[in-house]
Amino acid sequence: MKQITIGLPKAYLYYRYHIMWETFFKNLGCKVITSENTTKKTIELGKSLSIDESCLSSKIYLSHVASLQGKCDYILVPRVYDYGKNEQVCVKFNAIYDIIKNLFPNINILEYNIEKSKHHYELFNYFHLGHAIEKNIIKILLSYLKARKASKKYFKEKLKKQTQKLNSYKPKILLVSHPYNIYDNYIGEPIIKKLESMGIELIYADLLDKKTARMYAEKLSPTLYWTYSKELIGAIGYYRYSVDGIIFLTAFPCGPDSLVNELMIRKIDNIPVTSILVDEQSSTTGLETRLESFIDIIKERRKNNE
Amino acid sequence: MNKITFPHMGDYYIPINYLLENITKSIVIVPPPITKKTIELGSKYSPDYVCMPFKYNLGNFIEALENGANVILQAGGGCRYGYYAELQEQILKDLGYKFEFVNFIENNHVSIFNIYNYAKSLNKKLNIISFSYYALNTAIMIIIMDKLSKYPRENLGFEKEKNSFLNTKRQFQEELKMKKHTPLSLVRLFLKYKRKYKSLPINKPKNCLKIGLVGELYSIMEPNSSNNIELKLASLGIEVHRFTTLTYLLFQKKHRLKKLLKKGKKYLKYHLGADATESVVLSMELAEKHYDGIVHIKSFGCTPELNAMSILEKISTDYEIPIIYFSFDSGTSDVGIETRIEAFYDMILQKKKD
Repeated sequence: MKQITIGLPKAYLYYRYHIMWETFFKNLGCKVITSENTTKKTIELGKSLSIDESCLSSKIYLSHVASLQGKCDYILVPRVYDYGKNEQVCVKFNAIYDIIKNLFPNINILEYNIEKSKHHYELFNYFHLGHAIEKNIIKILLSYLKARKASKKYFKEKLKKQTQKLNSYKPKILLVSHPYNIYDNYIGEPIIKKLESMGIELIYADLLDKKTARMYAEKLSPTLYWTYSKELIGAIGYYRYSVDGIIFLTAFPCGPDSLVNELMIRKIDNIPVTSILVDEQSSTTGLETRLESFIDIIKERRKNNE
Repeated sequence: MNKITFPHMGDYYIPINYLLENITKSIVIVPPPITKKTIELGSKYSPDYVCMPFKYNLGNFIEALENGANVILQAGGGCRYGYYAELQEQILKDLGYKFEFVNFIENNHVSIFNIYNYAKSLNKKLNIISFSYYALNTAIMIIIMDKLSKYPRENLGFEKEKNSFLNTKRQFQEELKMKKHTPLSLVRLFLKYKRKYKSLPINKPKNCLKIGLVGELYSIMEPNSSNNIELKLASLGIEVHRFTTLTYLLFQKKHRLKKLLKKGKKYLKYHLGADATESVVLSMELAEKHYDGIVHIKSFGCTPELNAMSILEKISTDYEIPIIYFSFDSGTSDVGIETRIEAFYDMILQKKKD
């Protein structure tokens, strides 16, 4: 039997679930390929595929899907509606499946739909995913359990490393940004590189344990109902007294971030905060100047406090 | 003393005002009508790339607070709207206003129990029965307003006497504001004005142009936020149909959603979020009914409608129906809109002749 190839677009929820998906499909004997890193060309392609006003992250997603076309048997397009009561996500995730389906009628999509309020749980989804490839239910279940374990271990280790970083004597900055922005080669990478070259210890908001984060988020913003935003601002509550500054990084024009970040900037008063907005035409020089001046402020404050 | 205010949405301030005055027995301050100043105030203090309803609401609140209001009510839900309240409260507090902010949203939906409990805390005499009575009257008011707005939309462009429709509408609203209502008097009022509208002389050709208006709810229901596009289209001599009304959102949406998804099976598998599913399925239906064109309006950056737009484009090519898209922000000028509408009008007229 020919080995089945599964394509994972390297954008959006990839960064949240990639270990899980990769382990799961590999256990079932599939080949997994990921799309290439985002470059200037990816952005150009994404722009031509989507509506002008769409957010940069969604343009990148469409472009990644397009680049996988023809290279694999199936492409995994996850659709998320909610994670339970008061745990919703940006409406873009509600619609992404239908957008892709209408835009690329010829590709085979593996469906993955999380809608807890209508009892579409994670495990069922994996049975559904596995069903397209493997008929043995027990094998699917075992692969799922293995995948979940691997993913948990991966994020736990990352968090452990991050906790060690907090003891460092270097200036520490909390990066608050959706994983699909901060780890993206085009949006977040230049900023991470620049900050690290200036000798900054970076703390990532998305790495914090999800349950803890949600608990802290409720104190900061009681009516917030976007799960992904909750997990990010929870990290602010958790880390705000152990870091020297906070950087909000968003892609233009992110819906949830437009409200949540503004509220957070207004509420946090004990440390310097800045917000960086990346769009298609962002220039690196302007960005570098802003980062440098922000770091100067932080270093100055540290000196005064000592 | 409590002086309550709430954000504007089209003419619906009349029933909302009626409900609040009767159940809370407090003073209700309706914000001044939306003008250029409202949106300037709103934009000045809002985050840059937030959607337009946020800015309009904030402008309303600031103007109402200046007029002496000290309690702000906010409700909404579905998309970003559900989260407006918390940020608006923070912004107004940072501006130094003293007020109480009451949020009726729970789990991203308006909760009727919260409204009752709040009213009860202000008005001890209120009980479930009187509350239901006023709520019923309010619901009837909303329904008759929506029913009565349908006929003028379809015939306004063909009136023989200038402004006859608008004047009748004004009279109707005055009467709706003045009287004490019972369900029966409201029904009588409805029948009276229905007859009145029908008796207005019109000169309507049989095969006039027909278009459907779809899109984001606030832009559709608040004419000031969409440069009065509905009126502009109608006065060109087009029969305008629209389906998003408060009646639909409050009383019908819940039951229709599943049916809509079934109808739109060709393009949709899942619910797109907020009102985007409606936009897609309605457009499909309009195309099947051979309408001459579709006008899609939304405020800048509205994510659910952006989702719908990428699918609408496909419908447009599949059914060969022209669709024009408008995206409103604080800088949108009347002239630009008019030019685009006229060009669209010429295009569908030409298409109809061929």
